[in-house]
Amino acid sequence: MSADALAPVAGPQPDSAGHFGRFGGRFVPEALVAALDELDGAWRTAMTDDSFRDEFGALLRDYAGTPSLLYEARRFSAKVGARVLLKREDLNHTGAHKVRNVLGQALLTRRMGKTRVIAETGAGQHGVATATAAALFDLECVVYMGEVDTERQALNVARMRMLGATVVPVTTGSRTLKDAMNEAMRDWVANVDQTHYLIGTAAGPHPFPAMVRDFVRGIGDEARQQCLDLTGALPDAVTACVGGGSNALGIFHAFVPDEDVRLYGFEAGGDGVTTTRHAASITGGSAGVLHGARTYVLQDADGQTLESHSISAGLDYPGVGPEHAWLHDTGRANYLPVTDDEAMAAFQLLCRTEGIIPAIESSHALAGTVALAPKLAAELGREPTIVVNLSGRGDKDVHTAGDYFGILDKES
Amino acid sequence: MSRIGVAFDKARADGRALLVGCMPAGFPTVEGSIAAMTAMVEAGVDVIEVEIPYSDPVMDGPVIQKASDIALAGGVRTADTLRIVEAVAATGAPVVTMTYWNPIERYGVDVFARDLAAAGGTGLITPDLIPDEADEWLAASEAHGLDRTFLVSPSSTDARLAMTVQHCRGFVYATAVMGVTGARARTSDAAPTLVSRVREVTDLPVGVGLGVGTGAQAGTVAGYADGVIVGSALVRCVLDASSEAEGMAALRTLSAELAEGVRNPVR
Repeated sequence: MSADALAPVAGPQPDSAGHFGRFGGRFVPEALVAALDELDGAWRTAMTDDSFRDEFGALLRDYAGTPSLLYEARRFSAKVGARVLLKREDLNHTGAHKVRNVLGQALLTRRMGKTRVIAETGAGQHGVATATAAALFDLECVVYMGEVDTERQALNVARMRMLGATVVPVTTGSRTLKDAMNEAMRDWVANVDQTHYLIGTAAGPHPFPAMVRDFVRGIGDEARQQCLDLTGALPDAVTACVGGGSNALGIFHAFVPDEDVRLYGFEAGGDGVTTTRHAASITGGSAGVLHGARTYVLQDADGQTLESHSISAGLDYPGVGPEHAWLHDTGRANYLPVTDDEAMAAFQLLCRTEGIIPAIESSHALAGTVALAPKLAAELGREPTIVVNLSGRGDKDVHTAGDYFGILDKES
Repeated sequence: MSRIGVAFDKARADGRALLVGCMPAGFPTVEGSIAAMTAMVEAGVDVIEVEIPYSDPVMDGPVIQKASDIALAGGVRTADTLRIVEAVAATGAPVVTMTYWNPIERYGVDVFARDLAAAGGTGLITPDLIPDEADEWLAASEAHGLDRTFLVSPSSTDARLAMTVQHCRGFVYATAVMGVTGARARTSDAAPTLVSRVREVTDLPVGVGLGVGTGAQAGTVAGYADGVIVGSALVRCVLDASSEAEGMAALRTLSAELAEGVRNPVR
């Protein structure tokens, strides 16, 4: 499986300019076009290069620890009323699916002869993953992080620094992921000759959405085969959380041609999509242009980006990858909001039933699954099988969760 | 010919470069920005570039971003920016707008073009809209007789340079450095080369922006370009002032210094 994670599969592709229907494309300063073209060329060539594919496959296997397990969560299943299979991306090196993407892009960085990577991060998971790959590949690494996020994810800031990265707190705008992305773009415009912008999700200008999807789509390739091996059939549904959407695309992609498999992306509903405090770009936003692509965006009547909110720093982003926007428009995937409280209830349920502390991001997928299971069971007239992408582990979120549940000692 | 084109031709005939001064609309207030832009014209700025503030201005440095944030926090709307265009156009100076793409798309591309033309604007500079994605804007600007200024960069390939200027009307915006807006200590080495590359593929005038902040720098750029575009240094006059009167005085002084610079090209 992961030995050739870049093998072609059927399914939606962007056109040559990176459009998924009306979404995607390139809305960037001209200064970046040459770098995007270079990246596009390097990526396309690499995809057909056996040595690249072998090296990527070997890194995924020997370094990242994939294929990740597909684990049948029996006690969680009993509570939910569905046969729940967890795709354990939380067991990967660095604790999330994101390691797949950074290893792919780090390989490309070296191939392009660049010596420096920059990244933006919200929860810090992508920053840690980038710092990890940079250390492994001996690349200079600068990570932009909203000042608010450096405070709520202090542990991951320390991790990045241990790995040799420079973490730059961003103090502009809402001081969260969106502003970190703006700063990274500015850095890239100024230093594009020697720098690769290692975008952490399937968003941004072409070729990032398609390229990141291809680097993470091993999640779905693995899960599909593992589900067949375990149950003898494809699942009834596949679920994942959606911020920028890389883990969701990663697991969806292999199932897109399987029309009987329902795909569900759960967005961060915060206090509720009818309030002003959420990060649900598809279910609570509208089509617009943000960070280099046309997609669904949280925006006001004048097209100014609205501040997003989620208890999960990793989902706290007012845009979404353009392929999700397209999957939504075509109806192939369903997108639904999950509130902070629903996510935290599911977080606790998984902790107590399975002894697994999930990332709060992934808890949105778990909460969506809890809500989905009875509806699907009623519709199918039997217990459904649902594959949930457990995209990351919750160590980084212990402080947030401890705070939420009121179980932190004052001194801690 | 476009009104900007006429202004460039006239400056060329006078043996000097055109001075373009940029200020975010609604900064520090709607009325304050009209007063500031009017003062710039009175002090010798030839063309006013009205930047429509946007929440995520990735081509702008900290000075313009801060000014834009102040404008947005003050509640400025796209409709207000068109009122500002109208007021400044009444001074007789050509007014060009600049903004990131999402506010235009949200307003409605054709409706915006119609309203901008009606307000007396000459055209639009699009820092994050390249011709590759601009079909709707090409049609709207055509329908309403507006100029289109796309950016070229030191990193643009020859093929992209030719393609981009082919879609420009009015003038071409050459970004002097790889980077974002903001005055710099030295003028760019890359800019003269970029301007001469543009001249090989078009007769359109070339304006150079990014990094110019003093009269001497304006004179240097005027030595090889048709237009000198100054933003952050002018914005800083207002941003750093302790009172409105002090800001306006600083703005007039710098505008006059820059106007003197473009009249004394260093060749």
